[in-house]
Amino acid sequence: MQAHVTIIRATRGWRGVNIKELIHYKDLLWFLTVRGIKAKYAQSVLGVSWAVIQPLFSTLVFTIIFGNLARIDSNGVPYFLFSLVGLVPWTFFANTLTDSANSLIANSAMINKVYFPRLVLPLSSILSKGVDFLIGFLLLVGFLIWYQILPSWEIVLLPWLIGVLLMTSLGIGMILSAMAVQYRDVKHAMSFAVQLLMYAAPVVYPTTNVPLPYQFAYSLNPMVGVIEGFRSVFLHTIPFPYVWMLTGTGVSLLLFVFSLFYFRRMERVFADVA
Amino acid sequence: MAEPVIRVEQLGKKYRIGKAEKKADTIAGAILNGLKSPWTNLKQIQNLSKLDEDDDSIFWALRDVSFEVQEGEVLGIIGHNGAGKSTLLKILSQITEPSLGEVRIHGRVAALLEVGTGFHPELTGRENIYMNGTILGMTKKEINRKLDEIVDFSGVEKYLDTPVKFYSSGMRVRLGFAVAAHLEPEILIIDEVLSVGDAEFQKKCLGKMEDVSKNGRTVLFVSHNMTAVQNLCHKGVVLKNGIVKYNGPIEEAVHAYLGEYSNQKKELLANGQQEFENDHIRFISARILNQKTIETTDDINLKFSFEYKGTDTPLLDVTYHLVDEMNTLVFVGTSGYELNVRPIQKQLTFQCIIPGNLLYEGNYKLARLLFVRDKGFMLLNINDALSFDVIPSGTGNFGWMGKRQGVVKPKLKWTSHT
Repeated sequence: MQAHVTIIRATRGWRGVNIKELIHYKDLLWFLTVRGIKAKYAQSVLGVSWAVIQPLFSTLVFTIIFGNLARIDSNGVPYFLFSLVGLVPWTFFANTLTDSANSLIANSAMINKVYFPRLVLPLSSILSKGVDFLIGFLLLVGFLIWYQILPSWEIVLLPWLIGVLLMTSLGIGMILSAMAVQYRDVKHAMSFAVQLLMYAAPVVYPTTNVPLPYQFAYSLNPMVGVIEGFRSVFLHTIPFPYVWMLTGTGVSLLLFVFSLFYFRRMERVFADVA
Repeated sequence: MAEPVIRVEQLGKKYRIGKAEKKADTIAGAILNGLKSPWTNLKQIQNLSKLDEDDDSIFWALRDVSFEVQEGEVLGIIGHNGAGKSTLLKILSQITEPSLGEVRIHGRVAALLEVGTGFHPELTGRENIYMNGTILGMTKKEINRKLDEIVDFSGVEKYLDTPVKFYSSGMRVRLGFAVAAHLEPEILIIDEVLSVGDAEFQKKCLGKMEDVSKNGRTVLFVSHNMTAVQNLCHKGVVLKNGIVKYNGPIEEAVHAYLGEYSNQKKELLANGQQEFENDHIRFISARILNQKTIETTDDINLKFSFEYKGTDTPLLDVTYHLVDEMNTLVFVGTSGYELNVRPIQKQLTFQCIIPGNLLYEGNYKLARLLFVRDKGFMLLNINDALSFDVIPSGTGNFGWMGKRQGVVKPKLKWTSHT
């Protein structure tokens, strides 16, 4: 029994993630994810259908307002498809942000009573949103079949797109969740910030509408590459945006690595201030 | 001596309180502080020459705490609310970091600071078993293996697939404890989770706890229940205001705690306070004359002194309401039942003996102390006049926790004829 020695003392500064420990708690991650999904759709008539309704109705409203009334350019494809393809990854991103930002506060009772790697909380809230994403994605595929559009060969790059999407959501989510423990402002800000942020990404309009000199700065937002990448693959709007994707990948990688260290740094005060 | 399983060395934990250097907890506040920062920075630099620890915004929840626990030992941690017990537990279970010092633990730790952590009302009992179990560090495999036992122990198999929100609170606690009881750590840290559930279930839990300690596993047990502590633990650490006041054999630890650090009030003196005097009565003192800690078998001697200010000579008596920790009225003691006293002298003294073998162990209070004339007219009322602890006498303890049932524990005269 002497094999397992724990030393508890004050730690300082930045520290890395304890991967071994995280693996030991993989079952907790799994059950928290399941809990997130089940609790969300418990005692609701439509249940998981809500994952379809949310992007579908947003798309319809956007199509009427931005497509038909404002006549925003949609790179030559039906505006309905244009915004749906943008909304599927965006809805995932927006929902995970709100959810993971609240994940630590919502579970502060747990944080105060049991030790476990705190990282599983934002991780699980992102994973449980993955189900919604999958459903939204299937909806999208359904419409693509309906419209008889074949994806381009770049569909093999889909894992890259989804990888950047995940990394960005997780990165920002972790930073926000750690901040929210101390600054409850995050919680208040999230609900409308997410709505406003949508206009900083090409969800209702195409990136080609952004003046050329500003396009690089614009593409520092990793969601630009992701959304335009989705559109390029499924709707052939523009050639695959390698440049945007590369900048986006760089930014989201930096974000992700920073967020891991930031989270670990803040982690030690969670129980004291939560 | 072998290497201790747990070694705590000079552990300290400070919290920042007060407004002197309050850390902003909203961003707006942080910005405001940012605007004021040159001023606060100046103050901080000024403070550098002073000792950091004299800063009155720093509160030491624990200070210089050191002790060791050997393998197989059961250590009780006792102390009042705010003594630092919970902070110590939180550090030992890695929920929070210490500010100073070090803890070295050999072996796998399970800390039980709460029953049913992570339960979600919308999930079924079965799902919550997995939820709670994995939070406590078990793997899915382990839980699969023990599921039947856990369900059996909890006694809720009928409702296993019902969402927990439809459970009674008792059922929830039972389910939570059932999961916790099937942890198999080398070191178990338990907060006062035992004070929950009905009597029968408690017995079950305590049996399980005894098994754990008998299996030679190391247990740290935090409790207010001195009977439970005395019966389970070998050694005790008494904390007061974050400092270790006593560390040694459990009997002495309990005595040290009760004798010096409990909330007993064995004497009440008037000291010229206004509320203890009116036109009729001047209260002088109330005392418990017992010198040692009171055991269940001991008589308790009470003495009351007061002055009657009137010029007539009515019948006077002293009456008190004795209540237990739960504020249940145990009895009303009235001298008027036994004595007819008239104030021939101005100053009067009443003495009362509560016989031994009557009260349970625990804390008692004279919730009301009344001075009454002519068996019905109240002259003066003093609230919470005295309070005292009664500890088990060491003999005749019945059951592991001394789980009390009923209000009193009289010594009855039994005979049997065969």
